[in-house]
Amino acid sequence: MFVAFSRIIKYGIQNFLRNGWLSTATIAVMFLALFVLQSLIIFNVIAKTAIAAVQNKIDISVYFKSNTAEDEILKLKKSLEGLSEVKKTEYVSREQALAGFQAKHKDDSVVITAIQEIGENPLLASLNIKAYDPKEYTAISAYLNNESLSSIIEKASYAQNQIAIERLTSIVGAAKRGGVILTLIVALIAVLVAFNTIRLAIYSNRDAIGIMRLVGASNNFIRGPYIVEGILYGILAGVLSFAIITPLIAYIAPHMASFVPEMNLQNYFATNFLRLLSYQLVFGVILSAVSSFIAVHRYLKV
Amino acid sequence: MITFQNITKAYNKHSIALENVSFKINPKEFVSVVGRSGSGKSTIVKLIIAEEKPTNGRVIFDSYEVNKLRFSQLPEYRRHIGTIFQDFRLLNGKTVFENIAFALEVEGRPQKEINEFVPQILNLVGLNDKMQSFPYELSGGEKQRVAIARAMINQPEVIVADEPTGNLDPFNTWEIIKLLMKLNEMGSTVILATHNKEVINTLGHRVITLNNGKVARDEEHGRFILTD
Repeated sequence: MFVAFSRIIKYGIQNFLRNGWLSTATIAVMFLALFVLQSLIIFNVIAKTAIAAVQNKIDISVYFKSNTAEDEILKLKKSLEGLSEVKKTEYVSREQALAGFQAKHKDDSVVITAIQEIGENPLLASLNIKAYDPKEYTAISAYLNNESLSSIIEKASYAQNQIAIERLTSIVGAAKRGGVILTLIVALIAVLVAFNTIRLAIYSNRDAIGIMRLVGASNNFIRGPYIVEGILYGILAGVLSFAIITPLIAYIAPHMASFVPEMNLQNYFATNFLRLLSYQLVFGVILSAVSSFIAVHRYLKV
Repeated sequence: MITFQNITKAYNKHSIALENVSFKINPKEFVSVVGRSGSGKSTIVKLIIAEEKPTNGRVIFDSYEVNKLRFSQLPEYRRHIGTIFQDFRLLNGKTVFENIAFALEVEGRPQKEINEFVPQILNLVGLNDKMQSFPYELSGGEKQRVAIARAMINQPEVIVADEPTGNLDPFNTWEIIKLLMKLNEMGSTVILATHNKEVINTLGHRVITLNNGKVARDEEHGRFILTD
């Protein structure tokens, strides 16, 4: 048992080294497949962050009539927070709104003078509402349109921004669906290309497999070295792909940050290094070992 | 030792390779199977090593009923037979030493035995200076001697040779036939499928002549006679 096992490993490594060119070509293709899959993982992380950032910018603001008591607004805030769709509400009182406005325009003397001219605070208190999903703003807006609230609500921004929000929502949805479909298609292509490359490598050994059967070798003894070879392909391709992607990330990260400011690619990569590397190795090894197994099986029927 | 009972082998409706063939081969016999191309010689070899299954009839080898062996039993069964092919069928990625060692490794024999036996066998076939060569570095005659060494290394009861001299010149042909005779003297049963007239006529052993998938003659001291 142990003797057979050590011979299988020995022959796997020996075949790998003796077929240097074939091994190199197979690793090159495996590398491309793993590199594409790794890029997909990172692409998805970036897309998710970008989509979340866009979503985060969507909100609705409700402005209250100037004579509305703060109690009533806080009561509404509380009942809004009770809704399952609502992620967060933020109350901005008239005074806070004015302070914010003045701070924003502190260099614009015309505006500041104009405010002082009016004498009283022209700004309204508001509630800023964020939903978990942009689709839910319609429901929240319907809730706010309730008759009983019309006495205190001056206006809601949803009505003005409705078209923009809906369009953004559909873009976000399409981007998510597109990301999933693209990932599936590209991953499938990468897997098929890798599988076929290994099949071709083993196809060139089909006569040898038949001969071994006729000499009386058991299936496991024949198959073993090819699977060991496949595992070597997987490990080397995984390591190679990582060796190339690491400096690439370092190069791309600053450019990415200007595109999606919320994304710190370098940081993400550093904290998930081991997880990404093990995905890569496990996936590479399983892909090539299973491909080898299936490919050899075809020629074992002697 | 080996018995063919009413064997019929049809590859498909239009191609019947063997029709109702029966014969018996005794231990330590040297039997030649002759016939023109397509007469069914190779099919007989394939049935013995269970590369093909008969359409009808039974193939008996010692205690094995060969036609009933399951796929998983074939490796163990084939270790009882040394097979030699016209196209040598060496493993091109392995050296001469490794090709021969492979037949011992499949049985799980220890490395020490392998290191001892393989050079002895190579000495017997006269190739001990080619131990580390790869098959593509050898001539046809040398390749066939490696194949014979591989077939005999685990001392099988039977050696089956399918046109072993088909690709060789007369000189190498005789080298191979002499080796087969030596194996027979050492106690192995030898079954030789060939269409080499000179070889058959010189051997003077039992000859089974096939014609269109049927046994035309089975003679104790046969000669190569093909009639229509």
